[in-house]
Amino acid sequence: MTSKTLQKPLLAVLLVLAIVFPMLAANDYYIYVMSLAYIMAIAAVGLNLILGYTGQLNLAHAGFMAIGAYTVGILTVDYGVPYWIAFVAAGFLSAIIGFFAGLLSLRLKGHFFSIFTLCVGFMIYLIIEKSDALTHGTVGIIDIPAPTGIGPIRFDNTWSQYYLVLFFLVVSLWLMSRIVNSLLGRAFIAIRNGEDLAETLGINLMRTKVLAFVLSTFYAGMAGALYAGFVRFIGPAMALESHTFDMIAFILVGGIGTLFGPLLGAVLLTWLTQSLQFLQDFRMIVFGPLLILLVMYFPQGLIGYWRERQARRAAASMQDRRLQRSVIGSQQEVSTNA
Amino acid sequence: MLEIQGLTKRFGGLTAVRDVTTTFEKNRINAIIGPNGAGKTTFFNLVSGYHKPTSGRIIFDGQDVTGLRPDQVAKLGVARTFQSTTLFDKATVLDNLIVGHRLRTASTFWDVVLNTKRLKEDEHRCRAKAEEVLDFVGLSSVAHHLAADISQEERKRVAFALALATDPKIVLLDEPAGGVNPEETLGLAELIRKMIRKGLTVCLIEHKMDMIMSLADKIVVLDHGEMIAEGTPAQIRSDQRVIEAYLGADYAAA
Repeated sequence: MTSKTLQKPLLAVLLVLAIVFPMLAANDYYIYVMSLAYIMAIAAVGLNLILGYTGQLNLAHAGFMAIGAYTVGILTVDYGVPYWIAFVAAGFLSAIIGFFAGLLSLRLKGHFFSIFTLCVGFMIYLIIEKSDALTHGTVGIIDIPAPTGIGPIRFDNTWSQYYLVLFFLVVSLWLMSRIVNSLLGRAFIAIRNGEDLAETLGINLMRTKVLAFVLSTFYAGMAGALYAGFVRFIGPAMALESHTFDMIAFILVGGIGTLFGPLLGAVLLTWLTQSLQFLQDFRMIVFGPLLILLVMYFPQGLIGYWRERQARRAAASMQDRRLQRSVIGSQQEVSTNA
Repeated sequence: MLEIQGLTKRFGGLTAVRDVTTTFEKNRINAIIGPNGAGKTTFFNLVSGYHKPTSGRIIFDGQDVTGLRPDQVAKLGVARTFQSTTLFDKATVLDNLIVGHRLRTASTFWDVVLNTKRLKEDEHRCRAKAEEVLDFVGLSSVAHHLAADISQEERKRVAFALALATDPKIVLLDEPAGGVNPEETLGLAELIRKMIRKGLTVCLIEHKMDMIMSLADKIVVLDHGEMIAEGTPAQIRSDQRVIEAYLGADYAAA
């Protein structure tokens, strides 16, 4: 069985599980935690596009998520803009700022790019923290309204918000699968494999990288906008690089450069963190070694490991089929000769 | 086909290529030889747009391409291979080749989002091209192998295929037979001849003299960035400066 024929039913099962999850959850808190994991997963799916598929480690990703969240916070609380208008604005503002940040930072390559984006992220944090008049400074923005209802559907409780977040997660993954499986996605992957070779193949490096960067910041902005409407309180700390590192951990655990890796990582690590909560700060003693073991034995992440096995099996079965065909062919030859 | 006029490249105080003037004719096999550090790869990098020349001009197919970016040069029909090709090891050989024809397609991000007919046609064309070039280099049988699992010689052929997928007019091959055994070298030489029969122009850097001498129509010899000789294999073999700088007495015309 090839990976493609296996994938569809598996995805359907996963989706059904996600849909019935709130009914199985012991209390609303679990639903809340899961929704947060999904929001982080959307941001991580975006980061994976520039990091996993295009090979550029952008350390400002949390900053762009904060830009999205603050766009919603400022517009709804201070200017009374309806949530959904602010929501759309959040995605586009993050992408526009991402465009200019990308244009500047992608002039650098490799580690230099990463260090530069680390600074970009910190600048976003500082701007948010210091601009009291616009962003409420260190106090943060409180009482952000929940997403307003659409028709008869209201988003004022944990259940309905869970489904709202799940909807956007599915849309995010669907769009991402389209991108990475297209010719455009192949161009991103070619850049990751080797910039010189990609350029030789006629791929415009700068334009393609900036596109990946802008798309990833758009995802970050949308995730931030959802976060603002869901948690309803935001502070400047969400722009800090430690949150980018959380997302990188999700990607590494789940599988770098795989569609579902960031989601799997976000869900797994969120629940692991939750279940180790009783250890308080000592949980890092469990958490750290676990992460090290995982990177040692599954350097491609869990889904990456699975995918590699699948790919090998598919290649082997193709080979078998060809061998069989040639055996049958030669047998037929023999019989016609006879 | 390719005209080089007074091409010079300086890196700080080092002159990697100094005032090289030569022409490569259409549908011929041209070879560049010379000792290590002679500026051969730098020469390729200049032609394919990775380095901007300090001075001089590069005319390709009647068009001045001096100072263009690599992707622009590629679109005009200059393809190249590298000494080592970085493939995506976890994908199949065929998958690795599909992106090679991307530069001849026009679908954008919005085609991807809307899944337009143009995108589907483009993807179909790229796949067909990948299959075609894979067949051309004789690797159809490993199309569905993982790139990680193929041999060094097959890797060299995949590099050729990638270059061919861009629909080039000229192919620059950087040590196409580096690291493969003598038997496989003969096979690769035959493949280069096949490219010529298809109407392509080839320019290659190589250290394997037997291969060059039997293959090339024209040889350019570089030493310390300067062109010390150019001509047919027979002329090169008897050139005193070339023998001193590179070939050694073994290759002196017998």
